[in-house]
Amino acid sequence: MNARLPNPVRSAFTKTERDDAVIVNIGPSHPATHGTIQIIAELDGEKVVRADAHCGYLHRGFEKECESHTWHNLIPYVDRLNYCSALVNDFAYCEAVEKLMGIEITPRCKILRTLLSEYSRIADHLTCIAASLMELGAMTAFLYLVMIRDFIYEHLADLTGARVTYTYGRIGGLARDLPAGWLARLEQILDEYEVFVGRVHGLMDRNRIFIDRTRNVGAISTAEAINWGFTGPILRSTGAPRDLRKDTPYLAYAELDFEVPVGINGDNYDRYYVRMREMDESLHMIRQLVDMLPDGPISVDDRRCTLPEKRLVYTEIESLINHFKLIMEGPQVPAGEVYSAHEAPNGELGFYLVSTGSGTPYKVHVRSPSFVHMGGVHRLMEGYQLADIIPTFGSVNMIGGECDR
Amino acid sequence: MALGVLDGVKERLAGKVQEASVSHGVLVLELAPPEVLATIQRLKSEFLFDLFLDVTAVDWLGQSPRFEVVYHFYSTAHRVRLRLKTRVPQEDPTVDSLVPLYGSARYMERECHDMYGIVFRGNPDLRPILLYEGFAGHPLRKDYPKRAEQPLVRYRDSPGGRS
Repeated sequence: MNARLPNPVRSAFTKTERDDAVIVNIGPSHPATHGTIQIIAELDGEKVVRADAHCGYLHRGFEKECESHTWHNLIPYVDRLNYCSALVNDFAYCEAVEKLMGIEITPRCKILRTLLSEYSRIADHLTCIAASLMELGAMTAFLYLVMIRDFIYEHLADLTGARVTYTYGRIGGLARDLPAGWLARLEQILDEYEVFVGRVHGLMDRNRIFIDRTRNVGAISTAEAINWGFTGPILRSTGAPRDLRKDTPYLAYAELDFEVPVGINGDNYDRYYVRMREMDESLHMIRQLVDMLPDGPISVDDRRCTLPEKRLVYTEIESLINHFKLIMEGPQVPAGEVYSAHEAPNGELGFYLVSTGSGTPYKVHVRSPSFVHMGGVHRLMEGYQLADIIPTFGSVNMIGGECDR
Repeated sequence: MALGVLDGVKERLAGKVQEASVSHGVLVLELAPPEVLATIQRLKSEFLFDLFLDVTAVDWLGQSPRFEVVYHFYSTAHRVRLRLKTRVPQEDPTVDSLVPLYGSARYMERECHDMYGIVFRGNPDLRPILLYEGFAGHPLRKDYPKRAEQPLVRYRDSPGGRS
């Protein structure tokens, strides 16, 4: 290490409160954590006295970059925020732009977006649970869960052409309709899911080692969770049934029958269980949505945002110009500002957009749940053991892509 | 119900705010910087806006005052959102910190300070968060060039420059 390199991070504390305490640095690239985060902790023996979490190692100037591309060009980029559930980002972003443009999406698009949001939620929760169980040594449970996740990834690749970053949303609709046989395979995967998640329940729920490592570890109360801005499964694990899908329904959630699972203690075990139960609710919703799915177009018939059919582009001058304008200048979004939020798997994912009436955004700001959670994560670590940092951090499910932007 | 709460806020804060409107289901309040902390205190205690969602800024380069600091709040009891905006000048981009009211303000104000150079008076910890120690300038300001680079570790020399 070159000693002349400046330290990129200034610790919040450099002196210990007690003489026999030590300060240790964990990360940003520690083998036991997933995600690049640096935690500077003061230890009294094995106990964490203070912790200072640093993010930003994955910062790539997302918001700056957004200001020089058209509204449509941003869609592949928002995929890379929470890359475990990229479709939710797509739909949340598209909905924010649609609100500014005053567009109402078609009924088929609405149901499909809802269905795919829930499908993504399952994939995201599977990733989070699998990783945090593996970090506690539960390799079998990890393999069961990522196997189902891989079925979902492959299945989504059939639909979108990509396994992780789908770029499937469009302003005013979706990229393409379902391929033949997609819904039949969906039902098979859901059945497989039930078998394997049932086995994980059997392996983990009453497992003494698992309970000892997670019960009453990283606990937080509802009032404190709200004070630190926690949303999503972390807030629900404290017992507060706060879920945007119920509280401020968007897409087709108002028409669906589902419950909001909550925990009791707000500890690591509750966060595990809330996520497990949420996946079951998502499954229940997906089955309802498949039955509700209407026929019809997937994109609105609005020349301000939807590309004309290729057949027309090649035969009519108006459509050719329309296509050219939409690609080169981007959809003209009326001047104004909007904040639109979806219940992403990690919590409230909000897009704050400012338009000055051109084809390029004036400002795009992402209210990412992971970033806000990192502001309060020290509360979940202080007072517990050094070894508890790993499962606690896993249960928060920090995603570097959306945290650091 | 949501609109009822928003109307109530609008009515009871009438003297304090410069402008109030409802946009896409969100109540938007505009006020002068000195009023911010006291107003948010009332919003939190009287109208139960208990979840501080977000703070960011918009750089209206060429206008005066230049920066618009934008806050978003959510009331878990009433299930409504509120946006609060205040304009601060380039020479003194200072607003009061919300740290005394919300724990989450600590981190979010750090980001806004990083990106726009807004100073949050009363936030004890405005260290860089997404940027690194020693980064010069505020990258989301409109006059910060998009292609400017400030690498901490010098790029390796390669024939024909960096690709």
